[in-house]
Amino acid sequence: MTTVPQPRRPVMFRGARTRAGVGLSGREALLLMIPALLPVLVLSIAPLARGIYLGFTDSRAGLGVPTHFIGIDNFRALVHDSLFVNSFKIGLIWAGSVTAIQFVLALGLALLLSQPLHGRWLARSLALVPWAMPSVLVAIMWKLFFQPQAGILNEALYRAHLPGSNIDWLSDFSWALPAVILVGVWMGMPQTTVALLAGVQSISDDLHEAAATDGASAWQRFRTITLPQLRPVIIAVTTLDLIWNFNSFGVVWVLTQGGPGHATELPMLFAYNEAFKYGQFGYASALGDAMVVVISCFLVLWLWGRLKETSR
Amino acid sequence: MIVSPRQKRTRAAQYAGLACYVVFLGFPILWMLSVALKGPRELVELHPHLIPKHITFANFGEGLHSYSVLHASWNSLKVAAATSLLTTAISIPAAYVLARRRGLISKLGLGWILISQMFPLVLIIIPLFLLLRHLHLTDSLVGLVFVYVVWTLPFVLWMLQSYVRGIPRDLEEAAIVDGAGRLTTLRTVIAPLLLPGIVVTALFAFIQSWNEFFFALVLLQTPSRTTLTLQLARFVGIEGIVRLGPLAAAALLATLPSLLLFVVIQRFLTRGLLSGAVKG
Repeated sequence: MTTVPQPRRPVMFRGARTRAGVGLSGREALLLMIPALLPVLVLSIAPLARGIYLGFTDSRAGLGVPTHFIGIDNFRALVHDSLFVNSFKIGLIWAGSVTAIQFVLALGLALLLSQPLHGRWLARSLALVPWAMPSVLVAIMWKLFFQPQAGILNEALYRAHLPGSNIDWLSDFSWALPAVILVGVWMGMPQTTVALLAGVQSISDDLHEAAATDGASAWQRFRTITLPQLRPVIIAVTTLDLIWNFNSFGVVWVLTQGGPGHATELPMLFAYNEAFKYGQFGYASALGDAMVVVISCFLVLWLWGRLKETSR
Repeated sequence: MIVSPRQKRTRAAQYAGLACYVVFLGFPILWMLSVALKGPRELVELHPHLIPKHITFANFGEGLHSYSVLHASWNSLKVAAATSLLTTAISIPAAYVLARRRGLISKLGLGWILISQMFPLVLIIIPLFLLLRHLHLTDSLVGLVFVYVVWTLPFVLWMLQSYVRGIPRDLEEAAIVDGAGRLTTLRTVIAPLLLPGIVVTALFAFIQSWNEFFFALVLLQTPSRTTLTLQLARFVGIEGIVRLGPLAAAALLATLPSLLLFVVIQRFLTRGLLSGAVKG
């Protein structure tokens, strides 16, 4: 029951390549790839390699400033930079909580959307809106929501006689990060919900029916059928969410610019400031390298999950 | 079918849950709409209402003017259209290869698509900035298009190759056996069948570039060259929002194009995205 369908090679295509003149030759393939390959090499792969390398140099923004290889000096400085440590801590808190909350909410929504409920089209459409909205406008919208005086959140709290109706959420040292996390959750709902919904819908109804006739409760069916069947989707979507959230920039930049006092300064915001406010290209690249290390750890977690999955 | 009280309770709970989701997902949008429709007097009220007492559309006109939304939209439109056309054009042959050939090339290609989604953008933007500065293409929409083409490429390639996989091989085999060359086959057999996929993918690339912010923030300086997202972000500095109504109206207008396009493609998008991705 827990075996995962292996990616099937389309059998009907297998023989095709051996037929003379039909399959793509290596030269043809390369020629067809060139229009995409050239820009990728020049504007993606080469810059990426250079970016990784710049982390080991003292490169600066100014024109004509010489760049020297300085080994791991940047990384030594990073370890002692309390703002760097702070930004990674905040990045991990942000990525972890956004991903976790989003996962729980999206799973709930996906389960509801797979039920024959009236009006689910409304929830489904609303859940897709953040996907189409530019992150800048998501941030502007939530800024209106969090406005200290004219915002609807504080007004609602005031009318419900709840505490907190005079908090300036995005400028408050202890509330800015939770507020920003809420926006992050809202924004990432579409991708996670769509992936989980597709997963839920691909589970065969027979399994549920069989379990139901055996007298399993809804919760038991969820634990023993839905969750195990969804495992591969869950692992993939959580890893991707973690990575994307860790790399996140736009929404928080517009909401708080990393403030108040670095309380919401995600790694990318810190790196942006170092690079384009202070012109420390080398140092910012070293920061990017450090981010790659963290992201690789997320990937290792994912691979480990996959391996456990296939070895069962 | 007999409905037991227990099933009834479950249904009720499900509807309550669904209602909570609708509020969470829709409320911020509703509030932005409400702010956009309020007059200046109502906007400074100490205790605002969700439903405006007097509905006015003045904010929309003012928003367009005071935030130079029209000019910035024109820039965004040019950049997004150019990006979408260029990316799709160079992706079609490559996507065909990725879908049809299982070898080192497609393995490397698919590997790059995955990796490019995971790298922090700061690692790529600094060298790109240095390169574009060398070519005198920073602070230029042309330079921005170059960056966007490569940035949208992985996703466009991924989507297109999954559409190519959906086309049966027999058709092109027949054409090639009949003596048509590879390029003729691509043009006369594959391209027409791929057209819906091409349109969806191109629209998606358009939305992506229209919505993009980070690269524009780094590369563009001159106010007359700013794109829409950058322009609106500039009005929300650390000092906070000064005039709520026009800003909300401008934000709504700026969201409309990508939202409308998204409505058109979303059914195809979720399908293309997930074909082969879920059962892996």
